[in-house]
Amino acid sequence: MLSPLEIEALSLSLKVSLWAVAWSLIPGIAIAWLLARREFPGKALLDGLVHLPLVLPPVALGYVLLVLFGRNGPLGAWLHDWFGVNLVFSWRGAALAAAVMAFPLLVRAIRLSMEAVDQRLETAARTLGARPVRVFLTITLPLTSPGILTGVLLAFIRCLGEFGATITFAANVPGETRTLPLALYSALQVPGGEAAGTRLAIISVVLAILALVASQYLAKQVARRIGLA
Amino acid sequence: MLELDLTTNIGGFKISAAFQVESGIAALFGPSGAGKTTLINMLAGLQRPDRGRIAIDDTVLFDSAHGIDLAPEQRRLGYVFQESRLFPHMTVAGNLYYGRRLIPKNIASVDFDTVVDLLALSPLLDRRPKTLSGGERQRVAIGRALLAAPRLLLMDEPLANLDAPRRAEILPFIENLRREFDLSIVYVSHNMDEIVRLADQLVVMTDGAVVAQGPVDEITARLDLRSLTGRWDAGAVLSTTVAEQDDRDALTRLSFQGGELWLPRLDLAIGTPLRLRVRARDVSLALTPPRDISVLNVFAGEVVEVGEDDGPQVDVLIDIGSPLWARITKRSQRELGIAPGRKVHAMIKAMAVDRNGLS
Repeated sequence: MLSPLEIEALSLSLKVSLWAVAWSLIPGIAIAWLLARREFPGKALLDGLVHLPLVLPPVALGYVLLVLFGRNGPLGAWLHDWFGVNLVFSWRGAALAAAVMAFPLLVRAIRLSMEAVDQRLETAARTLGARPVRVFLTITLPLTSPGILTGVLLAFIRCLGEFGATITFAANVPGETRTLPLALYSALQVPGGEAAGTRLAIISVVLAILALVASQYLAKQVARRIGLA
Repeated sequence: MLELDLTTNIGGFKISAAFQVESGIAALFGPSGAGKTTLINMLAGLQRPDRGRIAIDDTVLFDSAHGIDLAPEQRRLGYVFQESRLFPHMTVAGNLYYGRRLIPKNIASVDFDTVVDLLALSPLLDRRPKTLSGGERQRVAIGRALLAAPRLLLMDEPLANLDAPRRAEILPFIENLRREFDLSIVYVSHNMDEIVRLADQLVVMTDGAVVAQGPVDEITARLDLRSLTGRWDAGAVLSTTVAEQDDRDALTRLSFQGGELWLPRLDLAIGTPLRLRVRARDVSLALTPPRDISVLNVFAGEVVEVGEDDGPQVDVLIDIGSPLWARITKRSQRELGIAPGRKVHAMIKAMAVDRNGLS
């Protein structure tokens, strides 16, 4: 039903998006917690920085990543020298670009959900003998799980559609960084590629709708499980 | 024994309180805004006082002079909040086990089944907090606090969010606590009926300061505290024991220091100690021993004190072997010549004793 090239682009998209979300989850929860529960100097700056990818042109962001993480960039050189990792022209680079673009959505959903957790429950847990870390793991985190789930799925869908930052930073390498949107773009660059493009567009739409439906279903299930709905 | 001596200033509101609780239930009483909740939050380690000391037996929880300030989880004080604060993502059993799992190894744990039986929680164990009634929630919250093996139980108006029938449903459980466990309780409330029924000791707070402390019947009999202990709720507390059951008339005889009192039948064994509250407005006075009247309980006594009041009524403190309050009109006071030293007969209507005031 799907051509080998389509399968390649689809599975690459899934792989890139899954890794992007997996890498950003722990930092996302940590930053959401900082923004939801802590007061510190520079909080507004951090808040702004996290939201920057929402307002920056993706191509500009991809270029910033290239400057930082390119082979000669300060972080890129360090990654190459110490870990032998190259991000440019690699699916890891595509995942990084997607992760950065999707990060605001992830943090925002988790933060909103965490702010809604009744802090009086956390206080009650402490009077029952739980240290702050245990309170976080047994009370705050479980009660934030609907927000974490929403954030993860929103970020995942955002990653599936990422184009500008990916093509600028990780380039358009078939089988390595050519995800669905990049494959669609490439198809449309070729004369007579409209049919292939249409098929890829349909695959993208179906995938996004599936993810959206799944997210709503799961969010309901989780809310019921933790006794909130 | 709990010893507490704290001073703090929260945005201009000064709290300065010192009191001791030997054992049993100590009620912290005062109008809203008196600083009661702030005080027990400081006791629990949820708010930090500026200066002072808190100790339970030999354990110092807080001592500003020596830089001691245990975190809430190290204090091991059970805290029952006004709004139960059950964890919504856990079942009742999960809530009950939460603190129990965290008891330090060298501390004896409390038997799970004993607590579950005492609070009648076994039918609720698999339920979620949101499916429970308000009264059931508070019972679970009490059980959860107990199962963490606390040094002391703090209860902050645990019945304030419940309607009268629910309160009546929970009060016996709280009474049983102190019988079953050798546990001191600090009970915050502004409901005098609850306090009279539960507490041994009363600490009265207003405007951030402790103005009186002592046994409940002594404090409630003090005229200078009437504005705090309440005008409409004014009444005396009698400590009685069940002396006789009259099956024919369905009455119960209670004996106390001032004599004996007949009440509609109470299902209690002979010898049971019982504290009850007789409201001032349910007591009337006569100069001669009344005869041929339907009131069963008449006591001879002497007027001790007459309260000053702006209204048409005055409260009169009578000594009948125990202190008793009567509320009469100023006209009656004048016509009967009620003044300290006057011999009077006080009449209490048997039906007038509020069952909610009984323990």
